[in-house]
Amino acid sequence: MTTTPRKRIGLYELTWRLPIIVWQCVFFAGPVLFMVAMSFFLVRNYRMTEAFDFANWERMLTRGFFWDSYLYTVMIAAVSTVCAMCIAFPAAYALALRASETTRRWAIFLLIIPFFTSYLVRTFSWFVILSESGVINALLANIGLGPFTMLNTSFGTLVGYMTLTLPLVVILQTVTMANIDRTLIEAARNLGCKPMATIWQVIIPLSKTGLIIAAIFCFILSFGDFVAPFYLGGSQEPTLPILILDTTKSGQQWPRAAVVAIMMMLTLFAIAFAGIALAYRKRKGAK
Amino acid sequence: MTNATHTKILSMPSRRQLLKTSGAVMLTTPFVSRAWAATTEINMLAWYGHGEPDMVADYEAANNVKFVPKYYAGGDNMLALIAQSPPGTYDLILSDGEFVQQLNLAGYIDPLEPADYPFDDMLHEDFTKFPGHWADDKLYSMILRGGHLGVSYNKNSITEEEAQSYACFWKPELEGKVGHFDWHLPTLGMMSLYNGNGAGLWDLDDGQWDTVQDTTMGLRKQVGGFFDYGGTFNSLKNGEMQAMVGIGDWITGVLEKDGAPVASTIPKEGGIQFTESYCIGKGSEKVAEVTKFIQHMLSPEGQVKSAQMAAYPGFCVTKAGRAALIEADPKEAMRSHQMEGMANDPIALINEGRIHYRDIPQQQSLEDWNDFWSEYKNA
Repeated sequence: MTTTPRKRIGLYELTWRLPIIVWQCVFFAGPVLFMVAMSFFLVRNYRMTEAFDFANWERMLTRGFFWDSYLYTVMIAAVSTVCAMCIAFPAAYALALRASETTRRWAIFLLIIPFFTSYLVRTFSWFVILSESGVINALLANIGLGPFTMLNTSFGTLVGYMTLTLPLVVILQTVTMANIDRTLIEAARNLGCKPMATIWQVIIPLSKTGLIIAAIFCFILSFGDFVAPFYLGGSQEPTLPILILDTTKSGQQWPRAAVVAIMMMLTLFAIAFAGIALAYRKRKGAK
Repeated sequence: MTNATHTKILSMPSRRQLLKTSGAVMLTTPFVSRAWAATTEINMLAWYGHGEPDMVADYEAANNVKFVPKYYAGGDNMLALIAQSPPGTYDLILSDGEFVQQLNLAGYIDPLEPADYPFDDMLHEDFTKFPGHWADDKLYSMILRGGHLGVSYNKNSITEEEAQSYACFWKPELEGKVGHFDWHLPTLGMMSLYNGNGAGLWDLDDGQWDTVQDTTMGLRKQVGGFFDYGGTFNSLKNGEMQAMVGIGDWITGVLEKDGAPVASTIPKEGGIQFTESYCIGKGSEKVAEVTKFIQHMLSPEGQVKSAQMAAYPGFCVTKAGRAALIEADPKEAMRSHQMEGMANDPIALINEGRIHYRDIPQQQSLEDWNDFWSEYKNA
């Protein structure tokens, strides 16, 4: 058996790699480590004191309201991901495989435009549309329906999540599908594959990686979003980001908030790793 | 422009030029710093609105001071901000009355000189020796204003008679239309009053606390949302919420002035008073300037400004302040019942024993109340 000798990294290469290492240490690893340490600190007279005590973990993880929030947040983020993926797919399919190159470029440019404006402002604009005296209910009233309560509900939260994630999901799906080798699609058609079967058996498998990455992004953004569940969902039921705020507001329990944040991170790590493993898993028999 | 000139501009300065420029900078620096020093900056920690132009711009112009406000929401948040800052960071602290004692115990505030303030002009005797404001015969905080919390409602959904009891929140027609200001203290205080705990609303034994939790949980099906300051305004204004628990005229007053059909009243079970008081931060080097400002806010002119504050109104605590308000803005004095003989005159309500000063839980911790609040929101 031959082994490839490990290449030594010289000072020159290290110098070029250093900024990203420093960046990750200062802005990611450092804060995360501090947050983990902080979850063991104690708060006395509204002041955090250094300690190594599991009291915060015990208190948060044994409370029913924490697990209620946890399950609700996972569930609504999952629903948001499914909705975004389903709504985005036909649009992305049309843009990637049916539209001209120019149309696709313009569409992607238009999908980027929402990111130029504040997400908070976009969320507040939904008040005008979703409220009981808003645009949708006014239109429905013309045909004798409503009014329907849409604000301060899980539906309102989902609308906010879509505002945040849908453009991104459409872009990711479009870019992924646009890179599919068209000859494979044509071959499937020539061999008698029906359009729906082509989508299920050719297009989706070929764009699996990009689709899963889009879904992961959607889940991560929805799971951690505070704005939509707070303003459009009326804080009922509270998601984990709202629980973090509640925990810090009363008694300044930053260590307990750190426990919630770590649980969120662990959940996201697990989902992201599972998703990536699924995305890059080779099919049986594939080389 | 010729090439020669261009080259001259872009070329390195000569040693003579460098010395000349450096000398000029050094000579003018004292004047620059003196110009900056001429305006005294006062760091203020307060609820939103107290450092806004409608409150301080005139005073700043007249006294050559500049307020640098840092806003908080809730006493816990205030205590944390102070705890996390070096001593002397905040010169002026506006505190909720019930948190003054904790500010003092933690050593965050300096005593005030009682002779500096108009204690002989207070509208109510309680204001002269307000709970927690004095310790060992030393004054630590000066009461500035107050407001009452009770039933806040949309007049199209709840009649004035119905609003005379917290029971109106359970009205079947209001299912999904009752909102909460997202802070446990006022809501649970109101539920405690509804349970008949009266003056002992904050001093609950285990049985009473359980009953308060049960009562509150009974309201959950009516609740349409939990809101912050802006959300509370918005949901009442656009009609999404027809009643709101945990607030009072400090929210509905602003909307009422805009013509919204909302009002607040103190029900028969009683109401809660929020009290806002000024303290001087420990280690402040601007005691004279801050004292002068507090005196200004207790003057008739300052009290009128406080009563008219754009962010949220509060009632006057001095007789001269009330008189000045009636003269300067009779409409607002009338709207807020700050006139002798009016029903719901805030001072008359206190005298009748219908108002209880907001406090923190006596037999449970704030965390216990907050944990229940989280459970309630998740229910």
